[in-house]
Amino acid sequence: MLRRLFYDARMRDLFWQVVISAALVGLTVFFVRNASQNMVNAGIASGFDFLWRSAGIDVPFTLTGYKSSDNILALFWAGVTNTVFVSLISMLLATLLGFLIGLARLSSHWLLSAIAGAYVEFVRNIPLLFFVLFWYFGVIAALPQPRDSLSLFSAIFLNNRGLTVPAATSGAPFPWALAVIVLAFTAQWLVSRLAVRRKAETGADTPVLAIGLVLCVLVPIAALVWAARSTGWDMPQAGRFNLRGGFVIIPEFVALLAALVTYTAGFVAEIVRGGISAVAKGQREAAASLGLKPGQILRFVVIPQAMRVMVPPMTSQYLNVLKNSSFGAAIAYPDVVSLFMGSALNDTGQAIEIIAMTLAVYLFFGLIVSALMNWYNARIAVVTR
Amino acid sequence: MRDFDNKNRDDVTMTKTNLTTVIAATAILAGGAAVAQTLVPSPTLEAIRVRGNLECGVHVGVPGFSFPNDKGEWSGLDVDYCRALAAAVLGDAGKVKFTPTTVQQRWPVLQSGQVDLLSRNTTITFSRNATLGVNFQGINFYEGQTFIVRKASKATAAKDLDGASVCVAAGSTEEKNAADWFRERNLKVTITNFQKNDDAIAAYDAGRCDAYTAGVGALAGQRAKLKTPDDHIIMAEPISNDPQGPVTRYGDERWQAVVRWVLNGMIAAENLGVTSKNVDDMRANSKNAEVRRLLGAEGNFGQMLGLSNDWMYNAIKAVGNYGESFDRTVGKDSSLKLERGQNALWTKGGLLFTPPFQ
Repeated sequence: MLRRLFYDARMRDLFWQVVISAALVGLTVFFVRNASQNMVNAGIASGFDFLWRSAGIDVPFTLTGYKSSDNILALFWAGVTNTVFVSLISMLLATLLGFLIGLARLSSHWLLSAIAGAYVEFVRNIPLLFFVLFWYFGVIAALPQPRDSLSLFSAIFLNNRGLTVPAATSGAPFPWALAVIVLAFTAQWLVSRLAVRRKAETGADTPVLAIGLVLCVLVPIAALVWAARSTGWDMPQAGRFNLRGGFVIIPEFVALLAALVTYTAGFVAEIVRGGISAVAKGQREAAASLGLKPGQILRFVVIPQAMRVMVPPMTSQYLNVLKNSSFGAAIAYPDVVSLFMGSALNDTGQAIEIIAMTLAVYLFFGLIVSALMNWYNARIAVVTR
Repeated sequence: MRDFDNKNRDDVTMTKTNLTTVIAATAILAGGAAVAQTLVPSPTLEAIRVRGNLECGVHVGVPGFSFPNDKGEWSGLDVDYCRALAAAVLGDAGKVKFTPTTVQQRWPVLQSGQVDLLSRNTTITFSRNATLGVNFQGINFYEGQTFIVRKASKATAAKDLDGASVCVAAGSTEEKNAADWFRERNLKVTITNFQKNDDAIAAYDAGRCDAYTAGVGALAGQRAKLKTPDDHIIMAEPISNDPQGPVTRYGDERWQAVVRWVLNGMIAAENLGVTSKNVDDMRANSKNAEVRRLLGAEGNFGQMLGLSNDWMYNAIKAVGNYGESFDRTVGKDSSLKLERGQNALWTKGGLLFTPPFQ
């Protein structure tokens, strides 16, 4: 009986899996217990109670309405939103810039392609920290002192303390305006689908562009104007040191964003170039012989096939952007690393808990990015029958 | 191959035996010398003796407190204390290895045992003592937090900073002090927190902030790092008390006593008029009983701590008393030119005090 079990491949596999899992769990439990016992012996506090202690740390840039009298959990959340905020915008802009540079590199125009090539080589061979510091001290040095602020309609001001814009005193109308805009865009999407079907069934054209102008331009403008007029505005005004009032987009944000975008764009450009080059030349020639115009060839034949090659490496780049946003700590951008792993860690000294939580943040958002990209990848994959 | 292995194993055994012999011999000697004392051996002290040098955690660089020159030689008030401690423990002020630590690194470095103590502009606070597993062994500098601003801003006190941006090192007591102080007074100040002091200073110098905040003493030193130091002014009025001194981790009380009493000894020496110049004469000829006990001419105070009896003699001979160290590093003979102020002896209107050597 035992002999049979021993020679049964499935049982043997199961056995080893159970043994290894148990060993792993045992090792983890041992490490955790050992660490906590050592910390108790050394008189170092542990546990997660510190999250409810008052933070007492000022944050210069927050989207959550955090105040220094809030608790450390609120500080953590302020850091997390700042990390996600700068990462998302960087991913979007890096993709756009990277696409343009990648296409430029493939261009038959010699100068354009040479400049794009030089940019890619330059960017890929320089450490990111250099970019971050370069942009930061570059941004600060280039902008004027507060008393010499550049201003637009005396409402928007730019100086080395950041970009100050008027802030709404009540945010209430804005979610409504946003809902209206989303509805309008959804309607436009439905209209364009109906138009395609109508064209196929009856051959009649629908004025999609005109409807789009109303739904995607006029309606959003109207919604935003309505929202803006139904709330008060806190206008920036000159103060003794700096402008008072308004919402300030700090230079640390701009510098980190610029660094992440310009850096990642270099890698994205190569992915785009690789993806497009991967589409067989015959595909293009076949499309051309069918009478498609160059723009149509790119849109209907080359890009859809290139996307399949591009999406997996793009996932890594998006993950890199998320992780690289932690470089903000080097220039005082209040991200989760700077606020939580910097200020809060020093204040409480609870390194293990804080580092584990920060790790979990990156892991959580990293897995979300991966999941979304995998879903998209599956959607555009070649359907084989 | 096998032979080699065996030989190797023998070597290891030999070393072990030697070490045991040495420890046993030391124990017997120590036991024999201090007949009336039964010393609990200090693991830290033992480790320092075996290693042959003191590991001291200092600041990465504040002129006057701990700052390396272009040859990598450290100097400053906190550095002097480490040297005095090394002289007291090992008889040689040069046997110190300095480990520069940032605001963020200091606690793990101390907690993990990488250094024997911290001596680095670190404020004594309740929650650090209660939750970080560290003990503060006295005060070697009464610091007060203040601000450095551009002269052109015409701000002279912290209350003038309404609406200003302030650069600060993240995780320092100054970060929370400043936030509390301005919030309490309803002043709207933007505090930008950098990971390192030097980053915060660089950003202040680049015009990112209207002020940089740190202790008066630290600012006096840091000011030299600005492009044109004369364009800046340090506000006189402090917004907090930040007493600073050597820090040890929990455990090994005997080592903690050594750290505490070497600091006390330097302060006592100033009060008793013992200096690096007259220390030989004082040891030989002084009639003052406390001086004689301090310098090991009478009693065996050094041995009570597990050191040699000339522990404070060595420390004062090499580094001088507290006042000499202060004048040389941050006081009248230094470029910082700080007043003694609160850091004068209690007999001279200051706050520095030492319990008696009795």
